[in-house]
Order: sequence, then C-alpha cells, then structure tokens
Amino acid sequence: MIDLFQRSIFEENLALSFFLGMCTFLAVSRQVKTAFGVGVSLIVVQGISVPLNHLLYANFLAPGALAWAGMGDLDLGFLRLITFLGIVAAMVQVLEMVLDRFAPALHAAMGIYLPLLAINCAIIGASLFMVERDYTLAESAVYGLGTGIGWALAITAFAAIRERLRYADIPRGLEGLGAAFIVAGIMSMGFSAFVGVGLP
Amino acid sequence: MKPALKQIADPLVDKNPVAVHILGICSALAVTTSMSTALTMSVALTVVLVLAAGIISAIRAHVPSQIRIIVQLTIIATLVILADQLLQAFAYEMSQRLTVFVSLIATNCIVLGRTEAYAMRNPPLPSMLDGLGNGLGYSLVLMVVAAIRELFGAGSLFGVQVLATQAEGGWFVPLRLMLLAPSAFIIIGLLVWAMRVWRPRLAEPREFALRRPGKEARP
Repeated sequence: MIDLFQRSIFEENLALSFFLGMCTFLAVSRQVKTAFGVGVSLIVVQGISVPLNHLLYANFLAPGALAWAGMGDLDLGFLRLITFLGIVAAMVQVLEMVLDRFAPALHAAMGIYLPLLAINCAIIGASLFMVERDYTLAESAVYGLGTGIGWALAITAFAAIRERLRYADIPRGLEGLGAAFIVAGIMSMGFSAFVGVGLP
Repeated sequence: MKPALKQIADPLVDKNPVAVHILGICSALAVTTSMSTALTMSVALTVVLVLAAGIISAIRAHVPSQIRIIVQLTIIATLVILADQLLQAFAYEMSQRLTVFVSLIATNCIVLGRTEAYAMRNPPLPSMLDGLGNGLGYSLVLMVVAAIRELFGAGSLFGVQVLATQAEGGWFVPLRLMLLAPSAFIIIGLLVWAMRVWRPRLAEPREFALRRPGKEARP
C-alpha cells in the first residue's frame, strides 16, 4: 500500500510520466501561488473522485456487477467514460457549493480553479487507470490521493522554475512555452530517477 | 485561396492547435513513441472532431446556453466511446497499446475548444471543415514528433527497420531516451521554438523587457 502511494507520487507521476493534465499544467504555472492553489484543489478532487468512481464502477458497471438486480450477464463497462465525466463534473459542482457554504475562505482560495478541474484529463485518466489495473477500494483511495499529491508537487516545482526563468535571457522564439516544455522534459528526467525507489 | 481551403490549411501551421494554441498536449506527448500508434490516435481524433463539430453545430439552435457544455461533453463522450469500441473490435492490439488515451480524447481540449468556439456559432459544413483542419493540424504535429522519436529511438518508421541497429549487426545505436517521457517534452519544445523562428509573429509578447547595460530596454 505504501509502495503504491510512493509509486503514484514519484515514479508514475501523472503529469511528468503520463502527460496527463498538461493543458492545466502549462496554463496555470506562471506563479507558484496559483499553481499551489490548483495543486491543492486537484488533491481534494482526485482523493474523492477516484474512490467514488471505483464504488460506482464495481457496483454498477463492471461485468456481472448487476447480479443483485437479476442481470448477471450484463456488462456496462463501455459506459464508464461517460459516467466518470458526469461524476467528476457533478462532484466539482457540489464540492464548490459545500466549500462556499462551510469554508468560505477555502472557497475563495480554491473556487476559481475548481471548475477548471472538471474536465482535467489527470482526473479522468486516474479513474480510467484505476479500472484498467483492477485496484480495490482501498487501493484506489490511496492511488487517487497519491496521484493528486504527485501532480500538485510537479506543478508547484514547475511554477517555481518558471518564475526563476523569467529573469533568464532566452532566445526570442524559445521564450514562454518553448522553454516551459524543455523545463518539463528535464523535470521529467529528474522524476524518472525515482524509478526503483522502494521501501524495504 | 478559397475560403473552404483556407479553413483547412490555416490550422496546419499558422493556427496549429498543438504547437501554437498548446491544446491537446496530453495525448500528443503520450502516443508518439511509434508512428503507428500516433497515426491511429490522429485518425481517431480527427473523426471524432469532425463528427462532433457537425452534430453540435446541427443542434446548436436548440441547446440552451446554460447547459451547452454538458451537452457538448455528452456528444463528444458518446463518439469517443464508439471510437474506442470500434478499435477494440477491429484492432485489439492497437487499443491495448493506446490504453486509456483513446478515452481521453473526450477531455482533449482541442475537441471541446473547437466545438465551443466554432461549431456553436457556425453552420454544419464550415464547422466540419474547421474540425477537419484542426484534426489534420494535430495529426501533423503528432506524426512529426512520432517520426523523430521512432527513428532515433528504435531506428524504424511504421515498424519497418530503416537504420540497421547494432543489435542486428548494423551501425546504429538506438537512443533509448527517445522512447521515454522526457524526450517528448523536449521535442515539442524545440518544435515550438522552430515554429516561432519561422513565423516570428507567433512568439509570445514579453512579460517585461530585459535591460541591457548601455542600451535601451528592448521592446
């Protein structure tokens, strides 16, 4: 379990080794402060949505899951994409309302990023990976949290580098996104050095 | 140039969705380890994009603007599921290699971006042409990146050996790095650089100018 957690943060980092959530990753990494806000929001959404999607998939969509309703030979697995999209969009909406009601300060800090995360491929991607790798409920909770933390870590570090990069004199055409891609590539190399790190 | 032709040609270079607008990067990076996966992905995305643009623009007058995003998402997701099922039925091996990335066409910013920005405001035919152009622009970048990665990473193109590798008695030592994640980022970064040197007006405006000793700040 700890191994899975560690692996989902570093070795299988969603942003840097599976390229998920790249649009958001590049768009909101100009400042460390906003990047951190998005990162924390993603941890929360990811930590809730992956186990939630697991429950839904295991009880309704997986082959034979509807045996309790007398439809044991039904396989609704093909509906998972559209279901996950709906769940994540709805969850983001509910989370926003709950935060607005009970934690206005947190809502003010995270609110603007939440709708952005509704169609982030990191979230949908993690849920699809969860199905593909047959995680149990506990594993999927750990996986959701781990990938969220890994993504947040990557975007915060990336934003910090980009802030510094602004003071560098880079060739005209490479400024901005070109340099950002190359920095992400070098960071990805750094993260791949974590491959094989495991607890004894 | 005829307007229809221009609509297809524009997104290839000047308004390229990947290299200029930086949309749909996730899959562009992930499926480019070999040209055959990149080609499959490009075809799947282009077909989904053209059909989604056509359908959405055909019903655009009947969709209330408050729920338009969810309507678009549902249509796109349905088309993506169809594409995924077709791949699983007729090209099972390929769908195993693409894993979740076919499904992730649904959250690809290019599709939602084009339907939201173009298809919601234009009649079906121009929308489909616009979808086709953007799909081709995406495919172009994917094929270029995949060609570089496969050629230098494995010495082959479309699985056909082009450079004789050392393992088979040739001279070429495959660069393993090319098949790993970092190279994809770096190649796209260099591609963006090349595009901006070629078409300087695509470069981003400076956030602030550098001050050089003895010179005025550059604009």
